[in-house]
Amino acid sequence: MINGRPLCYLDSAASSQRPQFVIDAVSRYYETTHANVHRGVHKLSQEATDLFEGARETLRRFINARSTREVIFVRGTTEAINLVAQSYARPRLQPGDEILISWLEHHANIVPWQMACEQTGAVLKVIPITRSGEVDYAAFEALLSERTRLLALSHVSNALGTIVPVERFIREARRRGIPVLLDGAQAAPHMPVDVQALDCDFYCFSGHKMCGPTGIGVLYGRESVLAAMPPWQGGGDMILAVSFKGTIYNELPYKFEAGTPHIAGAIGLGAAVDYLESIGLERIAAAEQDLLEYATQRLAGIPGLTLVGTAPAKAAVVSFTVDGVHPHDLGTILDHEGVAIRTGHHCAMPVMEFFGLPATARASFAFYNTRQEVDRLVDALQVAREMLG
Amino acid sequence: MDLKDLYRDVIVDHNRNPRNFRPMPDADRHAEGFNPLCGDRLTVYVKLDGERITDVSFQGSGCAISVASASLLTESVKGRTVPEAERLFTSMHELLTRDDAVVDPVALGKLASLSGVREFPARVKCASLCWHTLDAALHREAAPVSTE
Repeated sequence: MINGRPLCYLDSAASSQRPQFVIDAVSRYYETTHANVHRGVHKLSQEATDLFEGARETLRRFINARSTREVIFVRGTTEAINLVAQSYARPRLQPGDEILISWLEHHANIVPWQMACEQTGAVLKVIPITRSGEVDYAAFEALLSERTRLLALSHVSNALGTIVPVERFIREARRRGIPVLLDGAQAAPHMPVDVQALDCDFYCFSGHKMCGPTGIGVLYGRESVLAAMPPWQGGGDMILAVSFKGTIYNELPYKFEAGTPHIAGAIGLGAAVDYLESIGLERIAAAEQDLLEYATQRLAGIPGLTLVGTAPAKAAVVSFTVDGVHPHDLGTILDHEGVAIRTGHHCAMPVMEFFGLPATARASFAFYNTRQEVDRLVDALQVAREMLG
Repeated sequence: MDLKDLYRDVIVDHNRNPRNFRPMPDADRHAEGFNPLCGDRLTVYVKLDGERITDVSFQGSGCAISVASASLLTESVKGRTVPEAERLFTSMHELLTRDDAVVDPVALGKLASLSGVREFPARVKCASLCWHTLDAALHREAAPVSTE
């Protein structure tokens, strides 16, 4: 209950809620199976390792990776991208080399590249977007050059909901021998993802946006590419043997998993995948598309409301402004009505800059939301308009 | 906690029709305030005659709380001396952040209408941005201020 009203949670793009099934899996692990993994010969350690590696296999199947050697557990999408920026890009980049991203990106797919560019003298190039919030394909083609060393793209925009037709971009990049990283934080929870069909080199996503725990996520990497990368962090688990003369690194995926991992997180994320698959990603996508269509149609009926991001293919995200009512006031008034939305720049300040807006209000839907909740959003927006508009 | 405690009539009015909302080309002092998370951004201009603030204005964009607070600020510090304005800043800080704040409603006048903001902790930074910006202007601070 929020302010005496049932919670209407429309902020799943920031972080989803999680089902009892996932909470139980995490609790059960701590209550009955906790020990460190890949270490002890004792039974409990073996059981914990089996659960942890079982979760890795679940995640492999979820994205259709060829092998669990390609599935690296990380803290989340942000850490996954930083790992690639520091371990893949930084050692290869020469002054004048180019990294290509788009104007749609979340800060997590901008700043790690800026850092790698600063460290190496490489240059960050940005593909513009259109007024509807689509990545401009013609501009992308024009920006590709002999110096392009990596393309890093959102699969789905967090701020606008745009589903980027990444297959087309990947095909062209791969044709020119340019590796591709996809930020899948907003895609993995909402649509089937097949990394082999996509033919990308890296795919990154976070557990907490797909009904899993916080602090756990996955970096998928093509095995041949990962094998050629140096470790990112040093420590336990990522080594085979250590002496003061030198250290032999462990094989994939452990080479990139220094230190005791987030075991409970990985198990919880595996349970979240089981949960989502028990519903079916296709069914989830269809239910969310229904909510998106209904919300788009209902919001269009509110005078003074402008949708920001009107791409033909969208995930269930509606970003908008209301004449005369600042997004932050909308957020406070809606919260008072029990409706939780995100307001601000959504960690995508360049997107806001592109539309000349300081901020927007954003409602994002998951399969557990209902049409009645869309109605509550619309009613609460009317309250805000009456109060301040 | 009632929304009307936050969005009182005075605040709604000052948001719809902000007072002294204009640039001041001949300002003696000015400073910028920017809360990047919110996107609230404003510039406060001050004209001084010795220690006395003879004119004050602001420009920018932000939420109802930040705009109304800045508008109320301009009305309340105009004609006061710099030390008087600084005392008001201290009183406003207390009013916005302390549940046990003892404030003199007569001294604060319309500014007291912002007392409901402290029930909404996420919004305190909106109301205080203009005051920190005025303080920076009076102290000739070059860097933009933020209350985030």
